[in-house]
Amino acid sequence: MSETDDSKKAPPSGGKKKGNPRKQKERRRFLRSVGLTAGVVGFSLAGLLPAMQRWRPRLRPPGALSAEQEFLASCIKCGQCVQVCPVYAIKLADLLDGAGNGAPYIDARMQACDFSCDGLQCVLACPTGALSHDTDFPHQVRIGYAELDRPDLCLARKGKGFQGKVRGPEFGGLFRYNEIDRWNPIPVRDRDFDLELCDLCVRHCPIEIRIAQCEAGNPPSGDENQCPPKHALTIEEVEDASGKMVMSPVVQEGCVGCGACEMVCPTEPASIIVDMTKSADTV
Amino acid sequence: MKLFIEHLMQMLGRAPTRPSKEEISDAAQKIHFYKKKEKLDIEEAKEMHRLHKSNKWRNRRWATLLAVNLLFVVSYWLDIQMLEGALTASRFLGFHMADLNSSLQVMLAFKQVLINLLIGVVTVLILWILLGGRTFCSWVCPYHLVAEWADMIHNKLVEKKIVKEHDFHRGVRAVFWLIFALLAAVTGYTVFETISPTGILSRALIYGPGLAVAWVGAVLLFEIFYSRRAWCRYVCPIGLTYGFVGLFSPLRVVYDLNDCRHEGECRKVCEVPHVLEPVIKGRATDVTVPIGADCTRCGLCIDACPTSSLRFEFKGLNKFL
Repeated sequence: MSETDDSKKAPPSGGKKKGNPRKQKERRRFLRSVGLTAGVVGFSLAGLLPAMQRWRPRLRPPGALSAEQEFLASCIKCGQCVQVCPVYAIKLADLLDGAGNGAPYIDARMQACDFSCDGLQCVLACPTGALSHDTDFPHQVRIGYAELDRPDLCLARKGKGFQGKVRGPEFGGLFRYNEIDRWNPIPVRDRDFDLELCDLCVRHCPIEIRIAQCEAGNPPSGDENQCPPKHALTIEEVEDASGKMVMSPVVQEGCVGCGACEMVCPTEPASIIVDMTKSADTV
Repeated sequence: MKLFIEHLMQMLGRAPTRPSKEEISDAAQKIHFYKKKEKLDIEEAKEMHRLHKSNKWRNRRWATLLAVNLLFVVSYWLDIQMLEGALTASRFLGFHMADLNSSLQVMLAFKQVLINLLIGVVTVLILWILLGGRTFCSWVCPYHLVAEWADMIHNKLVEKKIVKEHDFHRGVRAVFWLIFALLAAVTGYTVFETISPTGILSRALIYGPGLAVAWVGAVLLFEIFYSRRAWCRYVCPIGLTYGFVGLFSPLRVVYDLNDCRHEGECRKVCEVPHVLEPVIKGRATDVTVPIGADCTRCGLCIDACPTSSLRFEFKGLNKFL
């Protein structure tokens, strides 16, 4: 129906404007070109919304410039940081991140940065300085800041221990255990734990591990500079909401927000998570 | 200099200028004069092209394009560290490489330039000055390859009158280039990178596809059903950036007037047919004419030409080729 309508209408309207057919053709082409410009630019600008409104807040890799806008401006979206990470912690964002499309992020619950590489390979790989080359050691990193988000779930606060595999036999997260293999991260499911009081988060805190190594006179890579000056996560006796004294993980000012605690926390959801809006410098 | 400006203006969207008689060399005028009387027999021309059929340069180009992109993929997946990163920025055997347009976006948005990025930019700039600028488009860009396949479908559909061809003003690409440069500087975000099919496809190949590939699919559908090769012809600022580089490149296609029958098959296969204006009867200003910087050096016209009137040239090295 509509086709016949169009064909009936077409000749008179074409006849009305019967000026210079070449000029008309050019006019149509010009309008098409304006439409194309508006369409493509409009679509690209739509990408600014998710980025500016932070609809999809992301943990960025170690060394990332602290202002999100600066980070996204300087990142060239090449993924070289992804390629060098020994625990595959870094992923690239997709189109729904808008202007963050192709920029690297870390999903700590799936795979946290455990500083297995010691030398911050992602920072060294970054060609643009989006991961700032001023960052030399893990304890200088400011990804975020850990927070005991669900104290009601925390096993330690309930006085409970932990037996078995961290987050079950299916979980694929990797971690480098110095005492097992100095060079290669292994799946956390390969280890069985038997803890009287759950302190998995503290045991897996890369900063605490480094402090312990340094105190034993064994700094990472034999370099004293690798020794973190401040604690990041400890288990301490605290008063809970009802006034009872309980053992609890306590985040300390040396926390870099790597998310290792979040990754290994056995509760569902994780009791301890990384707050990406904070860092050791801002709290 | 005049030719340089003509090539630049053509690239920015001006229609090729028809040369006046004074601008045509005597030797070329003589050939034009003799050819005036020659009439092209369409059946003969068809037969000529049927007998000639060649895909030499296309096959070499596709092999190169696939090899470069696969080198990125295997470098990562087999961890052989030959070509790390993606097309936007990479390390080749440890040397920094950075795509010129992506780097420009980053520099304008970030307003700081790190030395590593600068090294990458200079390396890539020298590389493409030597190799022809938009050579990047047809020999490396993964979007170009899929767009060529979409082009084949589009042409079939147009031939069968299922879809109608729509063109745009070529100047719109220069407008896009300016808009995206301004947007990067003003918003502080690399706005074009968000939607660049080149970056999206390169990352999809290396790190796995995501939703962004659907956008690339939409652009391809637009080209199949609405306008031939629209992204490369009218939108992509990467192409224009490399086009500027190509203005200074010694590697280019040259046209030889002598044996040309002016049947125009080369212009039909060309992504940027305005650069082949000199092959139109009576237009060549000299016996040999270099083709403009907007040319992607894809070689389709060379493959299409049965009289060898088009060939690659590296200026100054002719004797050796």
